[in-house]
Amino acid sequence: MKFFLSVLFTLLGGIGVSLWALSPWWGFVPVAFILAAAIHQAPSKAFASGFLGMLLAWGGLSWWIDWQNNSILSKQVAVLFSLQGSSATLILLTGILGGLLGGMAALAGCFLRISKAEAK
Amino acid sequence: MRIVPFLSSTAVTIALVALLNNPLGKVPPPGPFFSPQYGFWQNAEPINQDYNGTLTFDGLQGPVEVYFDDRLVPHVFASNEEDLYFVQGYLHARFRLFQIDLQTRAAAGRASELAGSKAINFDKEQRRLGMVFAAENALKEINADVKFRTLLDAYTAGINSYMDQLTEAALPIEYKLMQNKPEKWSNLKTALLLEMMSKMLSSGTENDLTSTNAKSIFMPEELQQLYPQVPDSLLPIVPIGTKFPNPSVVPIKPANADSLYFNNKATVQAQPLDRPDPNNGSNNWTVAGSKTKSGFPILANDPHLELSLPSIWFEIQLKTPTHNSYGVSLPGAPFVVIGFNDSIAWGVTNSQRDVKDYYEIKFKDQSRSAYWYNNQWVPTKIRIEEIKVKDSLSVYDTVAYTIFGPVQFDNSFSNAAAADRNLAVRWAAHDPSNEGLTFYKLNKAHNYLDYEDAIRTFTCPGQNFIFASRTGDIAIWQQGRFPARWEGQGLYVMPGQDSSFLWQGNIPQQENPHAINPARGYLQSANQRAADGTYPYFIPGSYITARGIRIDNKLSTMSNITPKDMMELHTDYFNVSAEDLRPVLLSAIEVEQLQGKELEYLEIFRNWDLMASPDSKGQTIFQCFWDTLQSSIWLDELSRSKPMATWPIERTTIEWLLRDTLHIYADDLNTPQRETLAMTVTSAFKKAASVLASKEAEGKLVWSRYLNPSIYHLLKDALPAFARKGLAVGGYGNVVNAIKHSHGPSWRMIVHLVDGIEAYGVFPGGQSGNPGSRFYDNNIAVWEKGEYNRCWYMHDGDRNNEQVKWMLKFNKP
Repeated sequence: MKFFLSVLFTLLGGIGVSLWALSPWWGFVPVAFILAAAIHQAPSKAFASGFLGMLLAWGGLSWWIDWQNNSILSKQVAVLFSLQGSSATLILLTGILGGLLGGMAALAGCFLRISKAEAK
Repeated sequence: MRIVPFLSSTAVTIALVALLNNPLGKVPPPGPFFSPQYGFWQNAEPINQDYNGTLTFDGLQGPVEVYFDDRLVPHVFASNEEDLYFVQGYLHARFRLFQIDLQTRAAAGRASELAGSKAINFDKEQRRLGMVFAAENALKEINADVKFRTLLDAYTAGINSYMDQLTEAALPIEYKLMQNKPEKWSNLKTALLLEMMSKMLSSGTENDLTSTNAKSIFMPEELQQLYPQVPDSLLPIVPIGTKFPNPSVVPIKPANADSLYFNNKATVQAQPLDRPDPNNGSNNWTVAGSKTKSGFPILANDPHLELSLPSIWFEIQLKTPTHNSYGVSLPGAPFVVIGFNDSIAWGVTNSQRDVKDYYEIKFKDQSRSAYWYNNQWVPTKIRIEEIKVKDSLSVYDTVAYTIFGPVQFDNSFSNAAAADRNLAVRWAAHDPSNEGLTFYKLNKAHNYLDYEDAIRTFTCPGQNFIFASRTGDIAIWQQGRFPARWEGQGLYVMPGQDSSFLWQGNIPQQENPHAINPARGYLQSANQRAADGTYPYFIPGSYITARGIRIDNKLSTMSNITPKDMMELHTDYFNVSAEDLRPVLLSAIEVEQLQGKELEYLEIFRNWDLMASPDSKGQTIFQCFWDTLQSSIWLDELSRSKPMATWPIERTTIEWLLRDTLHIYADDLNTPQRETLAMTVTSAFKKAASVLASKEAEGKLVWSRYLNPSIYHLLKDALPAFARKGLAVGGYGNVVNAIKHSHGPSWRMIVHLVDGIEAYGVFPGGQSGNPGSRFYDNNIAVWEKGEYNRCWYMHDGDRNNEQVKWMLKFNKP
């Protein structure tokens, strides 16, 4: 349940911060960090929920944009980056990039709270 | 808290953010670039994008409404001209920001700022050609006209108003890929854009450097034969038989021209790096009411330019209470450039006239601070050019300006071994002029007199302005400010040590070739020489004869013409050159020497319908054969000079063959035996056949596969994904439908001057410059099929018409 909520909050936070015009592109990093510090989990679970939350946030946002665009642009960009014109690969790549940062930020946040005893 | 894991994971996170914030090799910074919030995803426009909106700008005097139709063509309704051009500027920036920024930076010799060190030589050449010098001179002329300047100021303000509110997310994708930002617009940039057009259309129409080399190896009579001024088969723009008045300017040949100039056998090593395509041609024609079904004139135009994405053109309607024009504009400049209004229609083709000459300069010393002129050392004006280079230090170049113009080639700029001669360039584009004024006036012209008044000041690049009016007049003027040359002046590099070889004056505007309401009921221009040999001035140029022959042949026999007939002529694939050549080639070829595939190809060629259509095999065989034959005939002769002498134009070789007098050049100088024409033709065919066989193996015997018609993004090979390749079209430079590999009809327009105006147009691209928009390339398929869009000529009463898809409203605060 905690894991699920953590993923959900990271996802919503990641999307929410992206809609805020003043946020830098990495605005979700502190969000994932704080969420992981607030929601107590083991480091592996914290990383996984940060990763999954941001994978879904960036992957979901880009999928939504791509769907509305009928993949017009993603097909061309995917050719540019030698991805055989695959929009899905490009979306996945976007998600993994967000996920990686989200996961690392969550891990750091988790270690802020967690004690040595708890880690064991 | 666990200090070590916390610190290390925090450090890794921060390092990751920093890493992704920077470019990785050729990949733009992945963080911002992939961010759905900022990166390329933001350029993926929803296919049901809503272009409605209301905007407020201080600069406006009243409200302006922009109605977009289903092709995203804006129909701009303003209450005054300043507001009108403000909004045109805004729209050009909104849809073509990267294009206008890139093109004007490149025009100014600043491509290295975007492209890095590989563009340094291009930039040097732009500066040494005096592109900025020319634009500054134009700007002086513009600033002298207060009213015009106000309009240009408004246009510039419109572009900048868009840029001012541009967010990082909304930046065109090219900037995100290249990690750059657009630069503020200025009136100078509009002037630079027009100089870019001048370079495109009047800088590649001379062959002075290669012809100087031709002069070093050929005798005067040979030069006349290889580079004749008037082709036998010419069907000129001004109908044959037109009487020309005696010239009012008679330039005098310098007494020492023979010894210093014509008989000077020195070669010149310098060669331009970026020579504009000499095939930057076009067609236009108009038929009078006497030849149309409706009784009203029809006008057609298709400018042939490099085909690019986004297109060089942007379709627009511009309306105030006093005028209502429609057509295509050049993003970066106000007004409609080719189009119509409720009274007239107009179009342009290139004059192909030579308005650029080279003079050899003698510098006092290495500093280039003084040159020998009229028996004394005269100081040059030194211009130090800083070329900023992306990811590198600036490069500086020193350009010396003389009375002739900038010294384009000297020992600090030239290709290998070219340092021997300092060459200053005298180019008509350097002279002060305001070409925009012509288009401003044309947009508002009501009749022939208005048209004539509009074009009178047009200077460079020389254009064939064709005209038709609702009241039934048709006309064409070859307009430009052309030097009055003595016979042979400016064909080769000229001596520049005194004033005797300078241009002595210009051909008076009224004596430019023109024709009004000819009895035959039609006028046409297709980059051929404007007039036959009876025109009293010496007018060299890079003329193309074939298309004019075909268009003239068709128009002269047509009657009851409809717009549909004109569409068919636009997309006509008939190959006039092949029609002339085939009988000669077939009779020369020694069939008994051929075997297997060669015989098969010969049969296809023999039975070919002479159409350069996309599925034609005959066209492929002909073109490959003809190119090979021209090389066999000329390469050995022209290579006697290094660098190579000017190639004779296709029409010259055709006429030599038709006269059966080519045999003296048919011999290959590189072989001991003496080749006859039959031997040369046969061996060229065999050579071509082996190329064709390998093409056939790749499935490229069909013309469209061989030609591979393609439209590249402005950044060419850097962004291949944004190009559209392998289009199913045919054509060639000498065919009316003049499609070459990435060059051709950049806008096809047909205007029928009936009540209310019936107009059709199409360009191979779309209104939006954004590859993520469905309007990036939506017209390519229409163009490819030879079809047209009906231009919706909107009136005040149409504001609630269902053809209006979106409305963008501009208000003053």
